[in-house]
Amino acid sequence: MAEALLEVKDLVKHFPTKSKGMFSKRTGVVKAVDGVSFSIKRGETLGLVGESGCGKSTTGRLILRLIEPTSGEVAFDGTDVRGLGKRDLRALRREMQIVFQDPYASLNPRMTVGQIVGEPLDVHGVPNGGGKQQRIQELLDVVGLSAYHAGRYPHEFSGGQRQRIGIARALAVNPKLIVCDEPVSALDVSIQAQVINLLQDLQANLGLTYLFIAHDLSVVKHISDRVAVMYLGGLVELASKEALYRSPMHPYTQALLSAVPVPDPERKKHRILLEGEIPSPINPPSGCRFHPRCPHAQEICSAEDPAFTEVETGHFIACHRSRERAFRCLSPKGRTVAKRLTTSTLA
Amino acid sequence: MDKPLLEVRNLKTCFYTEDGVVPAIEDVSFSLGKGETIGIVGESGSGKSVTALSVMRLIPYPPGKIECGEIIFKGENLLAKRMDEMRRIRGNDIAMIFQEPMTSLNPVLTVGQQIAEAIQLHQQLGREDARDKAVSMLKSVGIPSPQRRVDDYPHQMSGGMRQRVMIAMALSCNPELLIADEPTTALDVTVQAQILELMMALKDDLGASVMLITHDLGVIAETADRVIVMYAGKVMENAGVKELFRRPAHPYTVGLLGSIPNLDEDRARLQSIDGIVPSPFDMPKGCRFHPRCSLAMDICRNEEPGFVSIADGHDVRCWKYA
Ligand SMILES: Nc1ncnc2c1ncn2[C@@H]1O[C@H](COP(=O)(O)OP(=O)(O)OP(=O)(O)O)[C@@H](O)[C@H]1O
Ligand code: SF4
Ligand SMILES: [Mg+2]
Repeated sequence: MAEALLEVKDLVKHFPTKSKGMFSKRTGVVKAVDGVSFSIKRGETLGLVGESGCGKSTTGRLILRLIEPTSGEVAFDGTDVRGLGKRDLRALRREMQIVFQDPYASLNPRMTVGQIVGEPLDVHGVPNGGGKQQRIQELLDVVGLSAYHAGRYPHEFSGGQRQRIGIARALAVNPKLIVCDEPVSALDVSIQAQVINLLQDLQANLGLTYLFIAHDLSVVKHISDRVAVMYLGGLVELASKEALYRSPMHPYTQALLSAVPVPDPERKKHRILLEGEIPSPINPPSGCRFHPRCPHAQEICSAEDPAFTEVETGHFIACHRSRERAFRCLSPKGRTVAKRLTTSTLA
Repeated sequence: MDKPLLEVRNLKTCFYTEDGVVPAIEDVSFSLGKGETIGIVGESGSGKSVTALSVMRLIPYPPGKIECGEIIFKGENLLAKRMDEMRRIRGNDIAMIFQEPMTSLNPVLTVGQQIAEAIQLHQQLGREDARDKAVSMLKSVGIPSPQRRVDDYPHQMSGGMRQRVMIAMALSCNPELLIADEPTTALDVTVQAQILELMMALKDDLGASVMLITHDLGVIAETADRVIVMYAGKVMENAGVKELFRRPAHPYTVGLLGSIPNLDEDRARLQSIDGIVPSPFDMPKGCRFHPRCSLAMDICRNEEPGFVSIADGHDVRCWKYA
């Protein structure tokens, strides 16, 4: 049995685009995912964070083969999923499930909750034999809904309840891996906490493995064991959550963490304000994709793409200056002190 | 102490819908000093936006109606103003920024034309001068190559840039009060940091007061001087920002603070509040929070608590303190 449940290597997805210019009709590609590698151990939660459009969700979909990769490898439980035929792919889908962001759009409004939760059972059969109705009740119970909800329709439920329905459906066929794609982003904070607690309980009780995709760095920190940070189609940093949040090394991670508002009015933060905005993935910058906005960029950064390198055990970063000490100076509270390097858009 | 710039007293706004009357906000009172920033926090549907729109007198009628209360702005009751007077106040004294700038910008005009239009509403400027002013305003809100960007249409800009344009327009009239309704909710966190920094710096330059609506307690902690916490259409707690985070009093506020994971802290488990927000058609009797409150007593189920002061400038609507 492989130690890693999921292994992703050099994953690439380029979407073709049609840009209609005034005189020519050119086709280009959006480099949504451009060489991403990571692995997830059994029973762990890997957080995948990044800002909108960085390729997080596409990565999740590629893993489940909801969309086909342009190139790269995905191995689930030691099996390369690329070459799988229809039948094997179906078996694989039983092992990997997904919970989506939008609890309003992701449930079929014309199906009852029982039908929604039971649908994967029709496709894949009921695990360990047993009756379908009994399994549905079990599942509703596990996610904190009751059996009488089975006959109702999604519109009768609140956002948090709908997300529970989505989770029950994902659990139906006893998957090993669940890709959670922004599962709490659409929810109010008090409901968000309920769903996060539920996901953690389920993991503890069922030994689930999660890929937790989100843009909220505090939520990701709370739920993850390790965290990967994505920028413009590529990973810039990956480390244990302790290392990543205590001593982020990549300049983008440092800026990202410093930008998170902290709910403590008495805590003064050093904020690294990045200049400009994320460039388009149609025409990403040369060399290091972050170099036009990076406060530490040097000549080499615009020329060469930095390799994703393990600079400390289990701590990977893609940065030409990764080995310099200056990147690791820490404040007593554990957040990088980067005042000296602060750039302000107001300047 | 100086007289407050804005004083809202016992404001009540209802919506008359097909399904019945929604009392969107009730008994909302607070005041805002000159140069002060008040944060309004609460979950979806708690009445934050209705409060802001009521102050601007922008509640659509029908179905909405301000039923009672007072909105005293610079000593005058806005509820007694005629619509044309209100329009002038909105153009000159009070400005508003919304969550999704795309819906408040005109898609068929360039941003330059829109800013120029906003400027010409209250300044006598020719076309050329207004355009120059628009360029300099785009520059002041940090838009790169403003000379070129001034001719962009809104859809050619990113969300962050559109929000900068909105800020430029809102501040073009040097308002005394800026109302910002979730101005950064649709933006990424690094862009949010830029926008908040910009907004607060410009606000300081102008000496304006800000009413900032958000569901993000982190944003509140970093920008507000005073906070009101809303739940199901009512203000549950009103306190200075340090006091609120140090000594949250209302069980709902305590629950909210326990529900958010904090970057600076490790918690094995989030506290979470059981249950869900009540439907506006089916408000619980007594304290509106009682079905979700772990401290609820008999009286909470039957009688609505009043607003009581538990410390200087710290008011709470809860029987525990009555
Ligand atoms: N045009 C309208 N017609 C009917 N009801 C309305 C209308 N606008 C608001 N409401 C109701 O008023 C109540 C308060 O809504 P409001 O928009 O102020 O909430 P909010 O706190 O701003 O929420 P959010 O965080 O989702 O923006 C809700 O119950 C809402 O359904
Ligand atoms: S009044 Fe009662 S139910 Fe309401 S918040 Fe206070 S203790 Fe809880
Ligand atoms: Mg609102």
